[in-house]
Amino acid sequence: MSVQSPISSVNDFVVRFANVNGSGSASANELFARSILRHGVPVSPRNIFPSNIQGLPTWYEVRVTEAGHLGARGGVDLMVAMNPQTWDKDVASIEPGGYLFYDSTKPMPSSKFRTDITVIGVPLTAITNSTYTDPRQRQLFKNIIYLGALCALLDMDPKLVEQLIGEQYKGKEKLLSSNVHALHLGRDWALQNLKYPIGLRVKKSDKVGERIFIEGNSAAALGAVYGGATVCAWYPITPSSSVAEAFTSHCKKLRHDPETGKAKYAIVQGEDELASIGIVIGASWNGARAFTATSGPGISLMTEFIGLSYFAEIPAVIMNIQRAGPSTGMPTRTQQCDIIACAYASHGDTKHVLLFPEDPAEAFEFAAQSFDLADRLQTMIFLMLDLDIGMNHRLCRPLKWDDARQYDRGKVMTAEMLDEPGRDFGRYLDVDGDGIPYRTYPGTHPTKGSFFTRGTSRDRYARYSEEGAIYADNMQRLVRKFETAQDMVPRPLQANAAKPTKYGVIYFGSTSPAMDEAIGLLEARGHQLDRMRIRAFPFHSSVASFIADHDFVYVVEQNRDGQLRQLIVNENGIDPVRLVPILHYDGTPITARFIANAIGDHQDHLKVTPLRKAVS
Amino acid sequence: MTYIAKPKFQHPGLPKNELGYTHRDYEGKVSTLCAGCGHDSITASIIEACYELSIEPHRVAKISGIGCSSKTPDYFLGNSHGFNSVHGRMPSVLTGANLANRDLIYLGVSGDGDSASIGFGQFAHSIRRGVNMTYIVENNGVYGLTKGQFSATADRGSKSKKGVINTDNAIDLVAIALQLGASFVARSFSGDKSQLVPLIAAAIRHKGAAFIDVISPCIAFNNHAGSTKSFDYVREHNDAVNRLDVLTGRDPITVEYAPGTVQVVEQHDGTRLALRKIDADYDANDRLAAMTFLQKHAAKGQVVTGLLYVDPDAEDLHAHLDTVETPLNTLEAKDLCPGSAALEKINASLR
Ligand SMILES: Cc1ncc(C[n+]2csc(CCOP(=O)(O)OP(=O)(O)O)c2C)c(N)n1
Ligand code: SF4
Repeated sequence: MSVQSPISSVNDFVVRFANVNGSGSASANELFARSILRHGVPVSPRNIFPSNIQGLPTWYEVRVTEAGHLGARGGVDLMVAMNPQTWDKDVASIEPGGYLFYDSTKPMPSSKFRTDITVIGVPLTAITNSTYTDPRQRQLFKNIIYLGALCALLDMDPKLVEQLIGEQYKGKEKLLSSNVHALHLGRDWALQNLKYPIGLRVKKSDKVGERIFIEGNSAAALGAVYGGATVCAWYPITPSSSVAEAFTSHCKKLRHDPETGKAKYAIVQGEDELASIGIVIGASWNGARAFTATSGPGISLMTEFIGLSYFAEIPAVIMNIQRAGPSTGMPTRTQQCDIIACAYASHGDTKHVLLFPEDPAEAFEFAAQSFDLADRLQTMIFLMLDLDIGMNHRLCRPLKWDDARQYDRGKVMTAEMLDEPGRDFGRYLDVDGDGIPYRTYPGTHPTKGSFFTRGTSRDRYARYSEEGAIYADNMQRLVRKFETAQDMVPRPLQANAAKPTKYGVIYFGSTSPAMDEAIGLLEARGHQLDRMRIRAFPFHSSVASFIADHDFVYVVEQNRDGQLRQLIVNENGIDPVRLVPILHYDGTPITARFIANAIGDHQDHLKVTPLRKAVS
Repeated sequence: MTYIAKPKFQHPGLPKNELGYTHRDYEGKVSTLCAGCGHDSITASIIEACYELSIEPHRVAKISGIGCSSKTPDYFLGNSHGFNSVHGRMPSVLTGANLANRDLIYLGVSGDGDSASIGFGQFAHSIRRGVNMTYIVENNGVYGLTKGQFSATADRGSKSKKGVINTDNAIDLVAIALQLGASFVARSFSGDKSQLVPLIAAAIRHKGAAFIDVISPCIAFNNHAGSTKSFDYVREHNDAVNRLDVLTGRDPITVEYAPGTVQVVEQHDGTRLALRKIDADYDANDRLAAMTFLQKHAAKGQVVTGLLYVDPDAEDLHAHLDTVETPLNTLEAKDLCPGSAALEKINASLR
């Protein structure tokens, strides 16, 4: 086994840090990722953390990728093993020929190492203990010391790391100099005692360009600021809390009246999700743009109100940062598992608009757009992120805003309009045939335009009625409205394979970067696939035609039951046999390797077994 | 049709208030509640109070949960927007509405099932946040709409119409509102219009969370012997701490108070509450004393009515959040959107 030669790669490898939660490693690890970005080399980092605050294992993975593959790759080339508890598992996850970096202060028996990897020991504890006396300092600076050592081993430019530390501790000279000192301690020790650089190296490049590095939750929150949201009500839940926290901090910087210093927004941490969505619905009913951010369990609690929003036609925005369910499931792991729960949330016949951004840039755009959509359609809009986009930094195109853009408040009747001769206001009248009625804000007019909002059946003039025909008429109009929505929501994006093919693939949301990479891997295996990225529900008519144009279509998603596939089958009346589910649901982000293997194996199988046209 | 519209005819001789509105301008649809339901009397008191205060009806937003009581907003202020939301969640909807537009008057109507059971949390949190509202619970000790089950305000030992004895302790919403920091707390009785009307008027004038618990007998399910929320029981056990008139700073609406027995309370908006003290020692500005007073009388089986506590310097949620004076729902893109230049800076900071 020892004949395995060490992996040699420039700007294309995976480093994983294994730490103990609460050891202060997060900022050092993020600094590592950012330093590589400053070399002009794209990175794709991921937090892998337990649903616990202190003491349990946590990992941070940095995919260094000159080619710009932003999905998870799988496998580890360099393991920075700082957690004795997970040692065996961590060592086992290293690719053959890979590297193990560890704290060699206490000698380890050789049985604890593998023979097909390169082991790099740095006496981190010894170095820190001889330099610092304060226990907290010892812990924190140990992280910076291993960062310094990695700098030497990977041939990174220490100036770029120092520059980042400088930006981080701007104005805090003491912290700045002590961090730089620790960085040098690690680097100098490595330069003096180790063979450097190793086979993995970072070389300056120019592949990052104008792109920015941001978490999806922060981008979505910024989208809410730009989209004109003034009321946010929320209840803490992982992985969505950082949306509300980011909205708060963005608003503090961007939304205070310059003259009075007063806030042009209201943020309430509700007592629970029921209150949060109630506040959102009350605010939206009264003409403000309002949203909440939550995750699966919160959606479950909100469903009664979601039904009210649908039936009483009150705009609202829910940002659902999905995590692995059902129930508490795996609260800090990613999935795309609330598709059905959100599409049909609440009792009775309901359907809701869902948006599926692929990355932070789209999360920003869709978040801003969701407020226009909610107002125009007078209904609930779900922005469906997941933990993988929401809580990880992603490299994405810069955020853009057109200053000429006005908010589209939809069909709102003003006092002047109500006074127009011959104008008939009926809250639920379908004046334009698109299923969307006019509304008025409370307080609009002394004698005209008021109405009573209720979740109970009513006629077109909002008068309580339980007559069957009147109820059915209203329900039919709601269907028309949902059809109208099809052309308002973001359309699916389609890309054809290099060569004509009978096979297609459908995917959505955070699967995007892995899919981009998987297509290349599949091509290399001789498989051509046309692809379609779905960006919203209701589905645009092109989804059905894409499926009709192919013998069959793979549907790739991150849940057990193929929820998007179910929705497509259900809504478009498609023969389920034509849609092949490719499912990944262990809570880790889907990888290109997984997709390529699953689709590739299926395709290989087809080559030997002719497809029977109709499978029963 | 399953609704009843009120005929539009107005008698030309009807008295008008300062704004030129008549009583009819404050009415809504014809009630579909049982004839004699206490809730209808509360509706009448709300109409009276709004008329007397010369409120523009359309400047009121009336919000409720689910229940017979929660249906009542349809029966008053026909020219204002109403919202019959979901069971127990009136307070959150009202909070959101209030955040969106601080310039309207918010009237929350709820039942004891709505507020003391399913919505107990929302009741508590809206009070503790100091939402500027008048929160009225039409308290009949039962679930009216679902036909007579005990609610959480039913007294221990009281008897249901079916003869079942309630073995659970009762929640006293007034005691809880006091404890949670409501800045205006009152209790009244649906049958005592002369007390209730000024209480509602004062609550509307109050800036902050105003809570009024109104005992409102359900004649269908809770007006029998053995009930502690029946007309007869409440009449016999009522102990009013004060009577109150509202002075708007202009002409007093009623002048029915005797000099020397009046306690004047300055409100935040400059209006003054004149309390006619029945109990010579009662101080409506002392929260602790109010709590003790309430408990002492409850132990004697007495229902204390009147204005129990008011904080004339109360602040509301908007003050806590330090929001702009302009209603948030009127802000436009130019006020809210930081624009592309700011976004460029943000982009630059993320590289
Ligand atoms: C989620 C939910 N649970 C139960 C009900 C059924 N329900 C309707 S009204 C009501 C109780 C109303 O009691 P209360 O608030 O005291 O009002 P009242 O009818 O006595 O005025 C209940 C339980 C409902 N509408 N929604
Ligand atoms: S059932 Fe009771 S609460 Fe409901 S309307 Fe009749 S009397 Fe009123």
